[in-house]
Amino acid sequence: MNNKVTLKIPRPLYERIQQVIGDSGFSSPTDFIVFVLRDLVGDRALEKANPEADVRPSVTNDEIAEIRRKLENLGYL
Amino acid sequence: MIAAHGGRLVNRIAEGDLRTELLAKAEKAPRLTLNSREVSDLEMLGIGALSPLDGFMGSYDLGSVVKSCRLANGTAWPLPVTLSNKGVALEEGSDLALVDAADNLLGILHLQEKYSFDKDSEAQGCLGTTDEAHPGVQYLKSIGDEYLAGPVWVLNMPTYDFANEHRLTPRETRVLFKARGWETIVAFQTRNPIHRAHEYLTKCALELVDGLMIHPLVGETKSDDTPAKVRMDCYETLLARYYPADRTVLAVYPQAMRYAGPREAMFHALIRKNYGCTHIIIGRDHAGVGSYYGTYDAQEIFENFSTEEIGIVPMKFEHAFWDKVAGAMASNKTAAATKPEDKIFLSGTKVREMLTNGERPPVEFTRPEVADILIDAMASKATV
Repeated sequence: MNNKVTLKIPRPLYERIQQVIGDSGFSSPTDFIVFVLRDLVGDRALEKANPEADVRPSVTNDEIAEIRRKLENLGYL
Repeated sequence: MIAAHGGRLVNRIAEGDLRTELLAKAEKAPRLTLNSREVSDLEMLGIGALSPLDGFMGSYDLGSVVKSCRLANGTAWPLPVTLSNKGVALEEGSDLALVDAADNLLGILHLQEKYSFDKDSEAQGCLGTTDEAHPGVQYLKSIGDEYLAGPVWVLNMPTYDFANEHRLTPRETRVLFKARGWETIVAFQTRNPIHRAHEYLTKCALELVDGLMIHPLVGETKSDDTPAKVRMDCYETLLARYYPADRTVLAVYPQAMRYAGPREAMFHALIRKNYGCTHIIIGRDHAGVGSYYGTYDAQEIFENFSTEEIGIVPMKFEHAFWDKVAGAMASNKTAAATKPEDKIFLSGTKVREMLTNGERPPVEFTRPEVADILIDAMASKATV
């Protein structure tokens, strides 16, 4: 059984994607679209597993305080 | 503070409820044993050192990296970060427990894609050779034909029996730099003991910035490189006696060496940007091995990218040596000496030979305290 399906997208969009991918490493618009969709769907699954995953700051104030304590204990500060 | 590569410092260390949930999933998932390089890569992904990557690469990213030194979305990125299958039967969309050689659970991967990639293309594109004498090519030949891709979460950090007090994450080094009031920080990547030439380069660089991070690579290296444990003794001794404590930090870099020359120089630079460094020392033949790369390839690769997309500034140095005429360290750019006999520089082979024989190299080449540690290590190795 063929494990792929056909999707329809507007021709101007398809042509725009052809221009965009240029020399980017994608061999066709299909490759690009699969990459984007996979990325998008993966991210959504991730957000569902951890709603704060993509919005939390790199380091919170509490984490900074904890890191400072660790660095002091190790003699860095 | 300099932004992480790609704009956001990734954090893939699962904590709290998320970790509990993922531990339960990992219990039921098939287990894949990671090799030493993959364990290092998983740790680096977890702590955000490989930002913007949040998992092992898929085929589009890998193809783009090999071909054009960029991720599929255009972000500059020089080397693959891939996970090889070891014969485990898996379906895309499933979870995979990642374990070390002792079967300790380290993390979980959500499998988005499994794929094959031509190893010769990967080797030629990234290492510049398919010669099986190259350690990077040997690695590619040693792993399976199928790659597994998808986002990861680290559930347990790998454990080590050395340098644990120096294992700082990018978050921690960033907090440290800020606490010390440093705005400009230069990183020094090394997989060797620091001899006088390297000491000179690091101090020249430190003259121009606020702080210096000695950041030795402690992941897997070639068997004839000085073991990381021995090097750590050298670094600690050297820093304690010959560097300004308030301007210098020693932390370790858990990545495995790729020996990919210019591409690895760029890799080292982008990762140090994630650690919060604004500058990095790039010497001649940085990350090279044998004679696979040109003398200045590792410095010239940065010219293929805009300053903005690299972000961190490469500080490019010549080889340094003791200049007998000037009575000081110098490079060909600054030396008064013109004759080879007036420049004290020893080859790695010569140094190893001297250390094996219990001889200290000249003090102009290496500090006596460092030489003694290396002589002891050689003696211990010889008696094993």
